[in-house]
Order: sequence, then structure tokens, then C-alpha cells
Amino acid sequence: MGAVDSQTRQLKFVIVGHVDHGKSTLIGRLLYDTDSLPPSKMEEIRTASAQLGHDVEFSYVMDNLEEERSQRVTIDTAQIQFRTPQSEYVIIDAPGHRQFIRNMVTGASEAEAAVFIVDAAGGVREQTRRHAYVLAMLGIEQVIVVINKMDLVGWSQERFQQVSGELTSFLGQLGITPLLVIPASAKLGDNVAKPSTNMPWCTGAILIDSLAQLRRRRRPQQLPLRLPIQDRYELDGKKILLGRIDTGTIRTGEEVLFLPSGVKAEVASIEVFLQDRTGAEAGESIGLTLRGDEPIGRGEVACPTDAPAAVSGRFRASVFWLSNDAFRMGEQLKLRCATQQVPCTIERIERLTDSSTLELIAQDARQMAATQVGHVVIRTERPIAVEPFAQTPELGRFVLTRGHDAAAGGIITETKG
Amino acid sequence: MPLSKLDELESRSIFIVREAYQQFRKIALLWSIGKDSTALLWICRKAFFGPLPFNVVHIDTGYKFPQMYEFRDEYAVKWDLDLIVGKNTEALEAGMGPEASASKLDCCTALKTEALKQTIGREGFDALLLGIRRDEHGIRAKERVVSPRDRQFKWDYQNQPAELWDHYKNSYAEGTHARVHPMLHWTELDIWTYTRRERIPVSPLYFARDGKRYRSIGCHTCCQPVDSTASNVDEIIEELATTTEAERAGRAQDKESIYTMQKLRAMGYM
Repeated sequence: MGAVDSQTRQLKFVIVGHVDHGKSTLIGRLLYDTDSLPPSKMEEIRTASAQLGHDVEFSYVMDNLEEERSQRVTIDTAQIQFRTPQSEYVIIDAPGHRQFIRNMVTGASEAEAAVFIVDAAGGVREQTRRHAYVLAMLGIEQVIVVINKMDLVGWSQERFQQVSGELTSFLGQLGITPLLVIPASAKLGDNVAKPSTNMPWCTGAILIDSLAQLRRRRRPQQLPLRLPIQDRYELDGKKILLGRIDTGTIRTGEEVLFLPSGVKAEVASIEVFLQDRTGAEAGESIGLTLRGDEPIGRGEVACPTDAPAAVSGRFRASVFWLSNDAFRMGEQLKLRCATQQVPCTIERIERLTDSSTLELIAQDARQMAATQVGHVVIRTERPIAVEPFAQTPELGRFVLTRGHDAAAGGIITETKG
Repeated sequence: MPLSKLDELESRSIFIVREAYQQFRKIALLWSIGKDSTALLWICRKAFFGPLPFNVVHIDTGYKFPQMYEFRDEYAVKWDLDLIVGKNTEALEAGMGPEASASKLDCCTALKTEALKQTIGREGFDALLLGIRRDEHGIRAKERVVSPRDRQFKWDYQNQPAELWDHYKNSYAEGTHARVHPMLHWTELDIWTYTRRERIPVSPLYFARDGKRYRSIGCHTCCQPVDSTASNVDEIIEELATTTEAERAGRAQDKESIYTMQKLRAMGYM
């Protein structure tokens, strides 16, 4: 492994698919065949496998909880770094069991791309489709499909085409076109980091080489400024607004508009510790002082005066319910969007759908259970700054909390109800 | 100009630290004097433009390397830290130590976890910033950025909260506290390249003397140095690009049994 270029960012991808289709095993195999595992880790895996009385289990690279190994199922999401001579990756493992969908969504929400696994023998299953829905909802468009366990179907090209066709058409319904579909066996290593000799009919790229096709998601500098304020911090009598720039750039002397309050103010200084700055760009965590003493604090979003976000107290959204306690109409929730937090209610569940079959469960539904998706109208106690998810993800996605816990994730489809 | 990888890592950590400070009543930084929590301390100083608006806590087992105490005392003054030293004096007076106890697990529990419990109880912290990273250990790869611990300190690893995008859990039942992990997404190599770029001071224990250096530091009784000739940060970075040895290979508590780390963390270990 050559010198590490700190200028290259890492690309984060999540491995998704139905329970037991081989997600953790694929990661383990990829790391093992590329010599990415320290010998001590391999030793630990051998010992743990022997203790439980079976062959070396590659999934143990990611499944580190004792319960995960004894029950042979991934419970929670985990991340691991992986390097090829060209690039650096963060691989996010996501549990495939329905019960752990919350952990799957947690893992996937950080990803820029996905490797989608389907068992060649088992074919497209309930969580295969549900995970596809989650990817579509999270806006993850770059997908590589791996048809795994080809050894179990006698390396059959026909079976490969059948499963691949079924999945591709389902993904198509969700607007996802896979970059490529790879027949593989994670357990035996075929087409993961080494080309298979068992499938002469397959001439396409193997998994490790296909990763080079994934593109990093850029922080959009060209989009209008969106800077959600985290805090108003006082230091030596100076009032500094703290926040991270989601999109766009900011300069001293510029007039910015704070939403939802509508206050306009001139940027007096940009504060970065021990640096003299006159500007900052998307991705940076900065401080900001304003000319005048406007009462701006957490929950305001700085925008350019000529390209503001929408301010709305009633909007349309798709909500993926995660909590095991179903939502019932009339319940009060809290909505968190960027650094804004506001009490809200769901006014209508216009359509309730199953996230796996995509079938309509009900129109004007009265409740929403775990893994169901509601296309809803949300009313917030006071107007907040929002945008359609497709336009500015950071202001178009939100979490609904109930009591102390996150109960659902959602994306805004229309900023007006 | 797109931000460099280190800039992005740093920016995310600053974001998390600022969230924690704003969202919790009383937070503190847990400083082990090691390279990771020292980098975190550095990032906290950048997040708040110098002086830290919260306490720094060192859990002292009494068995740390003398160089660590020296480093702590020197920089506590230089950086004007509000330092609290937490120590389970009762257990130490009763003779607890790595030799006296039946297992590493018992010793770590008494001198670290228990000492931390006492400190939190006394000071009333509702969140702690810790410098742990996912790549250190398989169990740590399972952590959330913000992770709740109940009154008994238990980590309910089979039932972790959803953590979507940058919305970390910010509401808790009375008596629980949160562990906040702003460095979770960094690797060992990232820490060292950042330490070099920012010229962050680190303990001399990390640099090779007589062919050995410490890659991970804690109690002198339970840390083994690794073979190395890396005598400065540049050489450590070079060494890490080629080594196949695990970072915590020299840490005794990780090796006692495969799941010791899981058990320690479930009970509230850092």
C-alpha cells in the first residue's frame, strides 16, 4: 500500500439486502482477499469460529457482538475502512433482518452509494425490496448489484439472469438503475476480489474493480448558501453564531437572510480559530458575527437574500415509520430538520404503503406501523425553513421524535401542504 | 477548492462537539492523555476558539505511566483546562490493581468504570465527549455517535437508537447520560496525519526508544510496547502504511477473552 493521500476523501457505501443473503460475509471476504485484515483479527475470527464449532466465518469481521455470532445474524450496523491502491472507502454493514430495520436505516443514511446483495437461490425477498425502497427514499442512486451464492445454483447463467432481471425491474420502479450486476460467491471468493473461474460466461467487472465506478457526492458550492445555526456562543463579549455550511459559500460584508425569522443582517466576520478569514464554503464548520445585535440563535438558517429557502408550517412528505409502537392520528410529535426542532402533528396520511411490496395499504389511514411508509401532510406548531429533498437534502429531510426517541425519518416532497 | 479529507473529518467533529455542548445541560471531555482524546481536545479548542466552556476529566487509575501525568499537568496549564481528576480511592486503598484482581475485567471495572461513575455522580454531567474510533476495535465499530447509558451505565447494544443523518439523540430519561463520540469516523492514520498537520503535542511514549514504542497507551501494567523504530510523527505515519499489526495489540484488557471489550463497554467502560 502506497503513501496515503490525505487530499482524497473517502467514499462511503452501504451493503444492503435480505437477511442471510451474505452482506457481512461479502465484506469479510473482500477484506480478507485484499490482505486488509491484521493477522490478529484473523486469529480472533478463527478462534471464535472454532469455539462455536464451525468453519472460519468471514462475517465475523463485521459481526463482533457475541450475540451476533452465536445467533448468526447481524444485529447492528458497523463501519470499516477499506483501501484499494486507487481509493479509500468506508464500508457500512447493515442488518438485513426486519426487526433491525432501524439500524439498517441508520447505516444507510450515511452512505453515498450501495452494494445490493441478492441470494441467487433465494431470489428477491421481502427485505431486498424494503432495502431498495430505503435507498430510493434516501436518494442513494449509485447501486452495484451482487447476485451472491452462485455456487448454490451451479453457477447457472440462466438463474443469474432470472434473479438479476427480477431485481432490476423492481429497482426500476423506484427509479434506480444499477451501475452493474455481478454474479459472485462471497463464501468462496468468486468475483469479489478475484475473478471466478466457475463462470466462463461472465466477462464483466468483478466487485473490487467495479467500486472505481462509484463517484463521491460533492458538497455543492454552487448552490445557494444554507447555513443552519447550531448555537449562539459568547466569548469575551463577542456573540458568535456557530454552524456548518451545508451548501454554498459565505463572505464577510455580505447581507444574509435568516429563516424562518426573516431577519436580515450583514456578516461582520467569519471566525475560524487562529485563522484570518473573509470567506468560507460548504462543508466547513465556522463561526459568524453579525453587524448589529440581531437575536439570532439555534434553529435559524442563513440564506442569500435573493435565494431563500421556503418557510412553511404545512408541507407534504414521505415518512418511513421506524418505531415498534405504531403512530396514531392525533398524536403530538417533534420534528427535527437541520438544527430546527418544533412540535408537529400529522394532519393526514393521504396514502399508506408497504415499503416492501410498494402496495397501497390504505388511503386516509389513521395509523402507521413500523416499516410502513406514509405520504403525509405535516403541520408544525410554527413555520420552519424547508426545501424539497430533491433540491437541498439537508433542509428536505427530517426526523420525527416521540418521547425520548426517534420514531420515523422523512423527506419533504412539497413545501406547501 | 474542495475541502481535504482532514478538513472534512475535522469539520464533522466540530459539528458534533458543538451539538453536544448546545444540546446537553453539562458536558465534559474525557481525556485519557492518549493521542485520540488529545486530538479531540484540540478540536474542542478549535470549536470554541480557544478556551473550553466545559470541564476536562481524567480518570486516574493510579497505574498510568509517569510520562502521562507529566504531559497532563503540563498541558492542563498551557491550555488553561478546567481539569477534574477522577479516582476510585476506596478501591485503590483496598488494594485493587491488575495483580491483585482476578481478572483485567474486574480491575478495569473498579478503577476506570467505577471511578467514572463516581465522578459523573459528583459533578452531575449529562454527557461525556470521548475520543473512541470505529477502527480501534470491532465493538467500537458498532457505536453510535451519541450513545445513551442508563443509570447503571449500561450500554444497551442490542437496542441502540436510530441515528439518521446528523440528528443525534437529544432527549433522555432522568438519570441517564450520553456518550458522545466526535472522533468515531477517524482512523489511527487520520489521527496521526492530523496530529502532524496541526502540530498537536503527544506523549513521548508513542515514539520509539531502544527499538520499541507504544501504539496505544493506558496503564503501564497492561500496555506492551511494539517493535518499532519510528521516533517521530512522520516515521509513525510511514510505519502505519505498512504494518499489519492491530493497534490495540499491546492492550491486555482486549485480549483476555474475545468478548471482554464487549462486556466492558456494556458495563460502561470507556
